[in-house]
Amino acid sequence: MTAQQDIKADTWTVAGRTFTSRLIVGTGKYKSFEENAAAVEASGAEIVTVAVRRVNIADPNQPMLTDFIDPKKITYLPNTAGCFTADEAIRTLRLAREAGGWNLVKLEVLGEAKTLYPDMRETLRATEQLVKERFEPMVYCVDDPIAAKQLEEAGAVAIMPLGAPIGSGLGIQNRVTIRLVVEGANVPVLVDAGVGTASDAAVAMELGCDGVLMNTAIAEAKEPVLMARAMKAAVEAGRLAYLSGRMGQRKYADPSSPLAGLI
Amino acid sequence: MVETVQETVRVRVNGEPKSVSAGLTIAGLLTEIGISPKKVAVERNLEIVPRATLDSVRVEDGDSFEIVHFVGGG
Repeated sequence: MTAQQDIKADTWTVAGRTFTSRLIVGTGKYKSFEENAAAVEASGAEIVTVAVRRVNIADPNQPMLTDFIDPKKITYLPNTAGCFTADEAIRTLRLAREAGGWNLVKLEVLGEAKTLYPDMRETLRATEQLVKERFEPMVYCVDDPIAAKQLEEAGAVAIMPLGAPIGSGLGIQNRVTIRLVVEGANVPVLVDAGVGTASDAAVAMELGCDGVLMNTAIAEAKEPVLMARAMKAAVEAGRLAYLSGRMGQRKYADPSSPLAGLI
Repeated sequence: MVETVQETVRVRVNGEPKSVSAGLTIAGLLTEIGISPKKVAVERNLEIVPRATLDSVRVEDGDSFEIVHFVGGG
């Protein structure tokens, strides 16, 4: 089997839906819809996150995201970005479900504007309510294995811990806690937020995450389409490295050439 | 005598006050604003209006609507 076939066969499943690409990309901050669509294409992503906002009733005929990224081909994952309470997030997702017609959503309930850290008390409350209403929430959360467990028990279909603050590009700040979340979870774990460049995405995958979600790292690169390609390659490389089982680390050198037969 | 002045109702749409013809359905309201009902979701007085009922629910005086769609986001 070639490496390419290996990647193809290596799927992941969330709430009964199976995907090949382990990279989810956002659709915010792009210069144009054209560039956004080209970056999605280059990333190989099968899921994109989208926000829910008021239609501009003064000019309702402006181009729409759906004209450029076809929701029939790419799964739209509506988010609750900008919501600071459970009630706002639930209200937003009820509208999203009506607009899109599906239950798979991304929940994020923010605690403060400065760090955009999640408010876990409100996040847990929103998760419980959404599950009662038959939503399937993928949940943005802190990199805390206990909080992750509580979300899973509440019915989260995926756990999405931050690697670093949203939009910061700082990379995975605590590999130990991300790994603990991965080891404790029975649902997919995706690093959501904090990735800045390809190696950060590879780190997340080497830790055993099922996927990575990113927006700014691609959208704010000088060449977003090229960075989208880099991220696709990094997620695949990190995944293959994780599956291959990396070598142990040693304190000192170990020669690669045989010592026997030296002249 | 025939009433010639068309009756209107006052509503709010996405936070903006608006006068619209009385008796419109929500689908009619969307069309009047120039929005395709297929691409949006509608909330009326904080309650979701199911897509299947856009053609039958009538706009009432004092209603407050939120009309949303998907935009780029992370």
